Amino acid sequence: MATTYFTSDHEWLRVEGGIATVGITDYAQEQLGDLVFVELPETGKKLTKGDTAVVVESVKAASDVYAPVDGEITEANGTLSSDPSLVNSAATGAGWLWKMKLADESQLAGLMDEAAYKAHIG
Amino acid sequence: MTGDDTRHLPLEDIHRAAGARFGAFAGWSMPLTYPAGVMKEHLHTREQAGLFDISHMKLFEVSGPEAVSLLNRACPLDAGTLEISQSKLSFFLNEAGGILDDLIVTRLGDARFMVVANAGNAVADEKHLRALAADFDAKVEPLDRVFLAIQGPEAWAALSRAGIETGSLLFMHGVEPRKNWFMSRSGYTGEDGFEIGLPEVDARDLVGKLLGDERVLWIGLAARDSLRLEAGLCLHGQDITPETDPASAALMWAIPKEIRASGAFIGADALRAAVERGPAQKRVGLKPEGRQPVRGSAALFDADGNPAGHVTSGGFGPSAGHPVAMGYVSTPLAKPGTRVFADVRGTKIPVDISSLPFTPHRYRKG
Repeated sequence: MATTYFTSDHEWLRVEGGIATVGITDYAQEQLGDLVFVELPETGKKLTKGDTAVVVESVKAASDVYAPVDGEITEANGTLSSDPSLVNSAATGAGWLWKMKLADESQLAGLMDEAAYKAHIG
Repeated sequence: MTGDDTRHLPLEDIHRAAGARFGAFAGWSMPLTYPAGVMKEHLHTREQAGLFDISHMKLFEVSGPEAVSLLNRACPLDAGTLEISQSKLSFFLNEAGGILDDLIVTRLGDARFMVVANAGNAVADEKHLRALAADFDAKVEPLDRVFLAIQGPEAWAALSRAGIETGSLLFMHGVEPRKNWFMSRSGYTGEDGFEIGLPEVDARDLVGKLLGDERVLWIGLAARDSLRLEAGLCLHGQDITPETDPASAALMWAIPKEIRASGAFIGADALRAAVERGPAQKRVGLKPEGRQPVRGSAALFDADGNPAGHVTSGGFGPSAGHPVAMGYVSTPLAKPGTRVFADVRGTKIPVDISSLPFTPHRYRKG
């Protein structure tokens, strides 16, 4: 059974079997506007919480998406290379950004659940 | 909130009602996007008609027996040769020939001109022009107007339906169709279109009529920027600054030949010297390879890794369908087709020098 967590930086993580699928929230994609490019990470890259994992580029600006927890990239969503607008149209589904193997599952305790995130964005 | 001197558009309530997302630009709270989003807003402007609130820009009326002499001192321009209703792109230069602002000057009468200045420079421009005016029998009057732009192939038809005929007005001409109105056929998108300065009460009426036309959509600053970048038009403060002169900015076409040779405008000596020397760098179009945008301030390198210049504006061109940028490169590299490399977060992206504009201008010249 997958559990979904949220961060104050407007990312979501769906965790199942020690692997987190990470994306940005619908609120975040709305703030960014139409995406035209996603710079994806290499598989195998080790990230510490707060490192830049992905850069999403809208017509107007580039924005960093940070690793919400420590871990190692196991897969990047290659579909976004040809269709970055999936992040706009399906932020919490087909527009996921990367998957990572969690280094320390106890870090998840510091994240928000959906109700807390909804309160966070007001 | 004390100390917040952000300025607000007179029509802000209309933009809020239209669902605008606001952001700060040049000291103003401006609509950046509307619910359609930057991509649709951009394409809609090229296909139909986009309505822009550009009231952050400033209109100045310059008048008096020596208005021509004042403008000829302030700008590399022969204001006396402008026909009535003719507009011209010009500049305020500093003594070093650097560009303090770019302006559109329109002749309204024998001794009356309209000067349209950029938002970020409006206060400095007014001070500059007033100081110069002290030596001439001429006065400078900032006008309190709402300033709207309507741009795109259907702009004229939408205005016509709203009761404003634009028939004989050609690109880079401006008239006063009603009391306290100024309307020019010009813009910042590369499309046919108009800029209209008018009193707020008239503006509310006109906006209501225009938005009742399904061809017309509000367009925010984000799309204004991508439209002007595709059109190869400069943004002062990014692509042209007090540190760049018209020769390096590839804008000498805006300065008449006789004025280059003998004009007595501020910065004339420095500009002549710069032309004589030849600029070390030139402004060019830049087309990044692939899909990744290359943005302002990215450093450029030649094939051997030597510094070659920098990007001043960059983003994605929704009509071009690829990233677009402009910037400055060493003069020997400033030829279309030359390949340079932009440093984007440590990766070198191949970028080809490209002729401007990226999308053809569609002005109504006659």
